[in-house]
Amino acid sequence: MQRGMGLGVTELEHMAKRCRRNIVKMVYNAKAGHPGGSLSAIDMLTALYGHRLRVNPDQPDWGDRDRFIMSKGHASPGVYAVLHERGFLSESDLQTFRKLGGPCQGHVDMKWCPGVDFSAGSLGMGLSFGIGCSLAATLDGSERTAWVMLGDGELQEGQIWEAVMAAVHHEVGNVKVIVDRNGIQNDDFCESQMRMFDVSEKFASFGWAVMEIDGHNMSEIVSAIDWADQVTDGPACIVMHTVKGKGVSFMENNPKFHGAAPSDQQFELAMEELQ
Amino acid sequence: MSAPSGGGASRDGYGAALLEMLDDDKVVVLEADLGKSTKSCLFRAEKPSHTVSLGIAEQNMMLVAAGMATSGYVPFASTFAIFSERGFEQVRNGIARPNIVVHLCGSHGGIHTGTDGSSAQSIEDLAIYRTLPNMAVIHPSDDISAKELTLQLRDYPSPSYMRTARNKVPRSYSESTANQLKIGKGFTHRKGSDVAIIACGVLLNEALEASEELRTQGIHATVVDMHTIKPLDESLLDQIIESCGAIVTAEDHSVIGGLGSAVAEYVVSKSPIPIEMIGVQDRFGESGGSDELLELLGLKSTNIIQAAKRVIERK
Repeated sequence: MQRGMGLGVTELEHMAKRCRRNIVKMVYNAKAGHPGGSLSAIDMLTALYGHRLRVNPDQPDWGDRDRFIMSKGHASPGVYAVLHERGFLSESDLQTFRKLGGPCQGHVDMKWCPGVDFSAGSLGMGLSFGIGCSLAATLDGSERTAWVMLGDGELQEGQIWEAVMAAVHHEVGNVKVIVDRNGIQNDDFCESQMRMFDVSEKFASFGWAVMEIDGHNMSEIVSAIDWADQVTDGPACIVMHTVKGKGVSFMENNPKFHGAAPSDQQFELAMEELQ
Repeated sequence: MSAPSGGGASRDGYGAALLEMLDDDKVVVLEADLGKSTKSCLFRAEKPSHTVSLGIAEQNMMLVAAGMATSGYVPFASTFAIFSERGFEQVRNGIARPNIVVHLCGSHGGIHTGTDGSSAQSIEDLAIYRTLPNMAVIHPSDDISAKELTLQLRDYPSPSYMRTARNKVPRSYSESTANQLKIGKGFTHRKGSDVAIIACGVLLNEALEASEELRTQGIHATVVDMHTIKPLDESLLDQIIESCGAIVTAEDHSVIGGLGSAVAEYVVSKSPIPIEMIGVQDRFGESGGSDELLELLGLKSTNIIQAAKRVIERK
């Protein structure tokens, strides 16, 4: 099974644009959901699925696949959008977002959705799960890797730092963390809720290899993924600086769109902007 | 003062079972600094490659176990019963909800734990884990039954919580009777038709003592070890409703939500019969010897005898 989908930077940028449109459509259609953190994360999600992850849509539970663990599970529209591009979900599956009986549950759920490796929704748990996956891969002698995406607000959960410590203690070279540093959480800016200061320094002080990038520059994103792959003697963390709601003017850097759907008028404007 | 030394503590049975699984490379053991207490240290000494130390960090341990389970391993994770509760929401959302087969063991459950005092005496663990869909909840009475039930967990299809106890009690099983144990099936130690005493954990011993005394007074009691609180052995309860018509439950746990509640919930939905519950009466424990605390909190065989007489009166 090859890595990713063999796409170059320009193709990835086009894919991300299509994903952004689907994110806004899903949230608008459901009249609920979390567009802001999906739009901040989507360039990285696109690069992971388009450039890196070894997964198989024909066999979603293939045991030796790479794992992607979306720990900030409310960014589910972003995940569903890339799973659609990768062939796990159909166009009509996307219509089930937050609807009774459909695969696209409000928060990503491995029991409901093919291609989802982790049932999220309660923050702080995904890195621990990823470490479990990586310890198992090591016991198996497999080269599969666990990629974990965390929110910056999520770093306020104590369990994250239990896991950050454990990853270094166990020298897991097959865990890669991406922090979506969009600066906004549910109630307001992180700066007013609980200041995070220098996130990179925090990870580095525990012994992680850390790289900071612009999370909306596709070339930088692809290079960072390749860099993380080269780190094999311990865990690696990519801190990506992003804009919450990126790509839709009225959602950008606006705490209101952490978890709110656009109105009819706003939806039309968003679709125009994402042409 | 302390429990008799000649018997066995259920935590020793847990450790012995892990040792029996050394040949299975899919079995992994997870610890949160208390392996010497829960007895997973025995496995660690023999197979460190398959033992994962997570330090004093229970929340992380729960999800590391879940990650390993989804990758084809059978994790046995242990800590004190009380500290497992710190990771309760992790068990709820990360293990039970996606139905990931992780076997969690909480040792030092109940007030029988003794001198450490109330901070270490979980009297609510059976209740809270029982509320989770998909979770089996098991509480063996001695080392021999704990070993057998732990071995059965290796091929059990759901996640589970097993509470073990710190201190020894007289054994209620031999190797041959333990072979008849099965997760989800109560074990009938005595048969009588006046009353049924349904017990779990260290109170099985008190229940058996009570039945001996009752027999000398002409009262014949059925005694059941309901080692699996969930899924509850409903067919055995149907027989008891029919044959005994009165029940005393006995557990080293709060009377709110544990074995007594589980039995009562089922019985009232079928054909209600009188029930008396022996357990901790909505209070916390304190420091003391195991027997002293059983006495202080009304969990001795004498309390079971009185409850049996009361419940027979109510028939």
